Amino acid sequence: METMTKPVDNGVNVAALLEAREALTEMPEAAKFTWRATSEWVSGTHSRSSIQKFFGLGEEQSHRATFEFDTDHPEIFASEDHGPTPVEMVLVGLAGCLSAGIAAVAQNREIQLRSVKATLEAGMDIQGILGIDRDVRNGFDGVRVTYEIDADATPEDIRAVVAQSQKRSAVYDIMTNPTNVIVEVA
Amino acid sequence: MRAATVVLGAGHAGLAMSRCLADRSIDHVVLERGEVANSWKTERWDSLHLLTPNWQSRLPGYGYQGDDPDGFRDMSETIRFIERYAEASGAPLRTHTTVTSVRPGGDGYEIVTDRGRWTARTVVIATGPCNIPIVPSLATGLPAGIEQVTPNNYRNPAQLPGGGVLVVGASATGIQLAEEIHLSGRPVILAVGEHIRLPRTYRGRDIKWWMDRVGVMDETLEDVDDVDRARQVPSLQLIGSEDRRTLDLNRLAELGVELVGRLVGLRDGRMMFAGSLANQAASSDLKMNRLLERIDEWVEANESAGALGTPERFASTRVPASPRLTLALETGEIRSVVWATGFRPDHSWLDVPVFDRKARIRHAGGVVTDAPGLYVTGLPFLRRRKSSFIDGAADDARELSAHLAGYLANWRRMAS
Repeated sequence: METMTKPVDNGVNVAALLEAREALTEMPEAAKFTWRATSEWVSGTHSRSSIQKFFGLGEEQSHRATFEFDTDHPEIFASEDHGPTPVEMVLVGLAGCLSAGIAAVAQNREIQLRSVKATLEAGMDIQGILGIDRDVRNGFDGVRVTYEIDADATPEDIRAVVAQSQKRSAVYDIMTNPTNVIVEVA
Repeated sequence: MRAATVVLGAGHAGLAMSRCLADRSIDHVVLERGEVANSWKTERWDSLHLLTPNWQSRLPGYGYQGDDPDGFRDMSETIRFIERYAEASGAPLRTHTTVTSVRPGGDGYEIVTDRGRWTARTVVIATGPCNIPIVPSLATGLPAGIEQVTPNNYRNPAQLPGGGVLVVGASATGIQLAEEIHLSGRPVILAVGEHIRLPRTYRGRDIKWWMDRVGVMDETLEDVDDVDRARQVPSLQLIGSEDRRTLDLNRLAELGVELVGRLVGLRDGRMMFAGSLANQAASSDLKMNRLLERIDEWVEANESAGALGTPERFASTRVPASPRLTLALETGEIRSVVWATGFRPDHSWLDVPVFDRKARIRHAGGVVTDAPGLYVTGLPFLRRRKSSFIDGAADDARELSAHLAGYLANWRRMAS
């Protein structure tokens, strides 16, 4: 019996990615990117950040548009809740990064994805940020990401895609490894 | 002094090459900074046994003759094995001869040593991939009171101070040292990055027998999609022991070794570990299971191979729910650090512009790029997966010596 196989399409241009990988191996300088955000305090715990320009491939680059994000705290913190809390934005970044990686890795392995859903949970003891207990850290005490993936692949192959996406994820790296952060007043 | 070919290094790779050159009547010498099997004699710990069974050290014209083909050689047996090979093949050795420079010269290369100069049309670098231990730069920031040891100068647990030990790296060296140090009564914390878990035996056979049989070890550069990656795969989590035990993270955790993530930083007197241990372990389990599947498929497709045990899957690696992320040094919890963080070759004497931006020799299967007549052998996945193993030297030496012979013949044709 003959079967028709549709080409795998997860909306990822793997050929372009692989081409870029090859080109940047030869020109490591062009691989150096700088990501930027600006932010302006609005009132209380409410800030508005915008993102437009970045640097990469040896020159200034720009997003198609300026993207704006409000961050705030919920009402139980006596705030006005104009947006997610900054720590929730971190989860947004992690989910976006891992899922993009899953799509790219799946495409490269010729696995058709039908749906990829992530649920993220991060524990935090706010005694840290409130300065109640010095032994409690400010940040997350752990992060759990649960993926539900429907794809043309065995459960084992799907787990391998998810494992590989962590291995290649920038945000996963940022969250699991220390990074030097310098905050100055201009 | 002059030879058609100068081989650098009298380990298994250099001796295999010498044997193949002799078979082709190519006039050559083997220069060795120390003695035959020098690294095995001077840079290995006491308890080390080869990870491959005795039968799986097949050199050109030489193999295992004893009555324990499935055993694992200790260091003295390994040294004797290589020494006997040097004698049996009558290798033209110049021992205690340290090369200080190899550079273009004469009609090929000039080799400067502490015992005079050689010129040769061809040079084969067989000095091995493991000359210099890689130690992360943060090591320099550790307090003076913490003893630091690398695998090439580690001998046994007794040389370490009492108290806790941080073993960094969980490939073959790291897991072996973690086990013996922990059993010596020094509590071990093991920092685990990327690693490759394997059972010692599967379906009644040694895992190395399977890897050989199903063709893993014979995979060539054409068989892998990322050669660079294949060349950097860490060593297998294996130990060669009489009881043929499997030594994986689960076994170490049962012994009481504490597992933490990859060591990634040192800040304010605290060592910092990555929060990625769960994924490292999961990736490793997946890789192991892929190999076991490949073995099962091979058995199904080769019924004539006879009865070969039954398929089995091993318990997943159990990772602590929240492995610790920091280790304060001032508490004295650890008194020493063992850097099982890999090795790199020393090519500092090679004065020929053949290096890539990461200071690795650029080569196509051991034929050095842009340096006619220069060859390198014995490196990881030089031509095939087994290239850096004793058992891999034969095929590579045969092919590279054929290329080298062709180069010399061509040179003679051009000259006449």
